[in-house]
Amino acid sequence: MSSEWPLWEIFIRSQHGLAHKHVGSLHAPDAEMAVRNARDVYTRRNEGVSIWVARSADIHASSPGDKEALFEPANDKVYRHPTFFPMPEEVKHI
Amino acid sequence: MPDPMADATPDPIPDDRQLFDYVLRLADNGVVLAQRLGEWVGRGPALEEDIALTNVGLDLLGQGRMWLAYAHEVETRYAPPGRGEDDLAFLRDGGEFLSLLLVEQPNGNYADTMARQFLFDQWHVLLLGALSGSKDERIAAIAAKARKEVRYHVERSADWVVRLGDGTDLSHRRMQDAIDALWMYTGEMFAVDAIERDLGAAGIAADAASLREPWRSSVAAVLAEATLAMPVDGWMQGMNGRGGKQGVHTEHFGHMLAEMQIVARSHPGAQW
Repeated sequence: MSSEWPLWEIFIRSQHGLAHKHVGSLHAPDAEMAVRNARDVYTRRNEGVSIWVARSADIHASSPGDKEALFEPANDKVYRHPTFFPMPEEVKHI
Repeated sequence: MPDPMADATPDPIPDDRQLFDYVLRLADNGVVLAQRLGEWVGRGPALEEDIALTNVGLDLLGQGRMWLAYAHEVETRYAPPGRGEDDLAFLRDGGEFLSLLLVEQPNGNYADTMARQFLFDQWHVLLLGALSGSKDERIAAIAAKARKEVRYHVERSADWVVRLGDGTDLSHRRMQDAIDALWMYTGEMFAVDAIERDLGAAGIAADAASLREPWRSSVAAVLAEATLAMPVDGWMQGMNGRGGKQGVHTEHFGHMLAEMQIVARSHPGAQW
C-alpha cells in the first residue's frame, strides 16, 4: 500500500530552535495525513512544536554533478570569510 | 449474650466497592483496546500507519495504567493491601474484566479496526469531558489528562472512516459492513446500571445516558461525510446488566486475555 502513497519530506521545529529542520521522510496519501504521520513517527519523544511537510517531488535539488561548478569557486576566495580583521582583546567568544 | 455480629467481617463501605468497579470499567476499556491494537504491531498496512495506530494503543495503555493505579488505591481502602496494577491487569479472570463488549471485538480487517476505534473514540472523548467535572478529584484529573490524547484519537479514526467510506467501492463496502456489525455493541455505552446511577447521583460518575445524543449526532455527521448509512438501532448486546460492564463478555474475550496474560501467569512475580 505504501508504495502507492507519495513520499513527503518532514521538517520539525524543535523546542529550542527557530528554524524547521529536515528530519526525514515518510509516505502518506495527502498533506493532512502526512502531518499526522509525522507527528506519530517523528515527535513521539517530545521533539517538536511545529511540523512542515512538503511533497518530495516538489523539492528541487542541486545536482551532485554540478558540485565543482557550484561550490569549488568559493574555496580560493578566503577574503569572503571575516578572518582578516584584528579582533580587540576585549571581545570574547567570537 | 455474645453479639452474633462480633466476628463477622465488617461491611465494606459500599461506595468504595462501587467506585472500584467504576474505575475498573474505565481502566479495562483502555487495557483491552490497547491489547487489540497491539495485535497490529508489525502488520499495519503501511509502516507509518503501523506506528500511528500502535501509538494510540500506547496512549490507551497509559490511561489504563492511571485508572488501575487509582483502582488499587480504592481497593486498598476496604481490602488492604489491594491488588497492584500488574495483578489487576494480568491475574484477573475474564469475568472480572469490566470493559465494554465493543473494545474486545476482533481486529478483522482495517475497516473493522477503524470502525471499532471510531465508535469508541467518539464516546470516549465525551465521557472524559464529562468526567473532567467529576467531584472525585482523582477521576477528574486523570480524565482531563487522558482527554488531550483522545481528542487526537477522535480526529484520526474519524478521518479513516471518511477515507475508507468515501474511498473505493471495496473500502466503502467494508467500512459499511464494519459499522453495521459493530453497531449492536454500542448500546451498552449508554446503559446506566445501579453502580453508575449511585455514583452519578454523588457527582462522581458521568451520566452515560446523557452522552447518547451528542454521540449520535457526531457519529451521524462523520458517517454522512463518509457516504455511509447510519444503522438503525436494533437488538443491542449487553443491556440490562448483562454486558461487559458487569463482566459478561463475548466469545472473543477469553482468547484475547489468554494471549495478554500468558507471560505474567507463566512466570509469577518475574521482574524485567
